Amino acid sequence: MSEAKDQAGAPDELTPKDLSETRFARFRKKKDMPGGLWLKCESCSAMIFRKELEERGRVCPTCEFHFTLPGKERIGMVLDEGSWVELFPEITSQDRLEFKDSSPYLEKVGKAVKRTGQNEALLCGTGKIQGRELVLIVLDFSFLGGSMGEVVGEKIALGVEVAIKRKLPVVMFTGSGGARMHEGVLSLMQMAKTCAALAELNDAGGFSICVMTHPTTGGVTASFASVCDITLAEPGALIGFAGPRVIATTLKQELPAGFQRAEFLLEKGQLDRIVKRHELRPMLSRLLDYASGPKAEPLAPGAAKSISFAR
Amino acid sequence: MATTERPQARTDASSLAFERPIRELEAKLAELEALALRTRLDISSEIEALRKQHRAAIESKYKDLSAWETVNVARHAERPVALDYIQTTLDDFVELCGDKYFADDQAIVCGLATMGERRFLLVAHRKGKTTKERIACNFGCAHPEGYRKALRKMKLAEKLGLPIVALINTPGAYPGIGAEERGQAAAIAENILAMMSIRTPIVCLVIGEGGSGGALGIGVGDRVLMMEYSYYSVISPEGCAAILWKDGERSPDAAEALKLTSRDLVKLGLIDGVVPEPLGGAHRAPTVAMDEVRRTILRELEALDGVPLDQLLAARRKKFRQMGVVPGRFPSA
Ligand SMILES: [Zn+2]
Repeated sequence: MSEAKDQAGAPDELTPKDLSETRFARFRKKKDMPGGLWLKCESCSAMIFRKELEERGRVCPTCEFHFTLPGKERIGMVLDEGSWVELFPEITSQDRLEFKDSSPYLEKVGKAVKRTGQNEALLCGTGKIQGRELVLIVLDFSFLGGSMGEVVGEKIALGVEVAIKRKLPVVMFTGSGGARMHEGVLSLMQMAKTCAALAELNDAGGFSICVMTHPTTGGVTASFASVCDITLAEPGALIGFAGPRVIATTLKQELPAGFQRAEFLLEKGQLDRIVKRHELRPMLSRLLDYASGPKAEPLAPGAAKSISFAR
Repeated sequence: MATTERPQARTDASSLAFERPIRELEAKLAELEALALRTRLDISSEIEALRKQHRAAIESKYKDLSAWETVNVARHAERPVALDYIQTTLDDFVELCGDKYFADDQAIVCGLATMGERRFLLVAHRKGKTTKERIACNFGCAHPEGYRKALRKMKLAEKLGLPIVALINTPGAYPGIGAEERGQAAAIAENILAMMSIRTPIVCLVIGEGGSGGALGIGVGDRVLMMEYSYYSVISPEGCAAILWKDGERSPDAAEALKLTSRDLVKLGLIDGVVPEPLGGAHRAPTVAMDEVRRTILRELEALDGVPLDQLLAARRKKFRQMGVVPGRFPSA
């Protein structure tokens, strides 16, 4: 079976046909990177030396396309070295509906586990960003399209509960096609479960940031990802509820250039900011500072100010 | 019509005609200074005399600005605007966008701000400096989404325990079809109501134009201050003149009648204080003016520090509750 089909829950919108029409067309259906030294940029078709791409955090040196980043690499890029303590890695999907399409659901999960070396699409743990402790929640698109089933929902709720208990801020990264349809309505209700946990966090005065990465759609966008205190996105990320193909088919018309891209969302008031991958760590660190209260360390004499507008 | 009696009203707005003698002296002074530099002639005594003359001219003019002249100073193209205050008075600023409903209105800028040892949320009307910027932020006229953005970020500040500083500078909320469709009036009203209940200190400062409901939409605070040559009014003098005098050229009369200067508002008991401006207005020495604003904001935040929130809110509501109460006429007075 092809890798693409294997990404259960990955929505239709992720096909090149839909996206090539848009000015920001950057996403091509992800093929497992061949073992070769070189690969072609999904957006600008430039040949990139694989090592260089990895060293650059999977940002194209030519066009700055932000490739989908595997969860573990994300954790490595964001957190202080050695600070990551993973929580609840053991929880795995059951198959309560005994769902089967072209192959049994658990077989698909098993393949994803083998390929990624992790039990589920969600990585949850504690760590530090420039010394500031936090709960980090990463929804990994490379595991079944980052789709949200019972385990993903549960681990988000558990992570948020750790944050409440230990009075830590929560930072989330999302990359997801939405709900995991193989878990039926159980997956739908993870939208409510994650929001139930966030409601508790809000009541406790907690602080949450969500960084939406390419792509974040469906039930994930329509639940926990959109209701954090601050919503950030990486440049060019596709973010929406319904996929562009669904919309285009329904409307029987072409979608405007840049539709559902991060830049479009910022203009439409849906995002607080767009932050480039390499600027995320310092930005998160600054935002976490503001959540620590109204008293600041005064700027050292001669130190540079940092004034960051969103555009 | 009255146009012959009051010929220059419109032109005054753009050219600040009452400042012409001062600007002529400034030009002469600049010329002399350049000459001294170029020729190494010793004309320092002439320069000194001219400086004195210049200073005297400003003093005599600004000692007694009319309401209309004040309005024009408040609108002066070189007067510092929100972006200047952000660049100059803050040490750290992270802009936060979006109302999460419709659009990111650039007529209001919000962000997490650090000034010295103080962190707070900054909410400010944005007026551009270049034509392109002015158009992008709609000349400081916000739409409902601007007020809703401000409210969202103010709620965030409340949650994070950060005080709020609002810099007001708008000709008014935008009058337009889309704005009405999306509930301009309700958006302003929701903000006024919500700001009565936001459990964190709020300091508001009118830095230029305090245009009616558009100003009040981010203007409810524990401390409401005005810069010396700003104005705060229920309607623009032009609008008032057009409606009541049926003649837009009567703006100076309308400005006078509306009682819109900082001095007027202090007398009426509607604001808590005035931030003095450098001699001849903030546009003449922007850095000096902004330094004074920085000191004022730090001082006001300090004063509100540690006031129990229940007490703060009660005082905030009481202050606005009492506005317009005439002793002896209303039982509550
Ligand atoms: Zn590229």
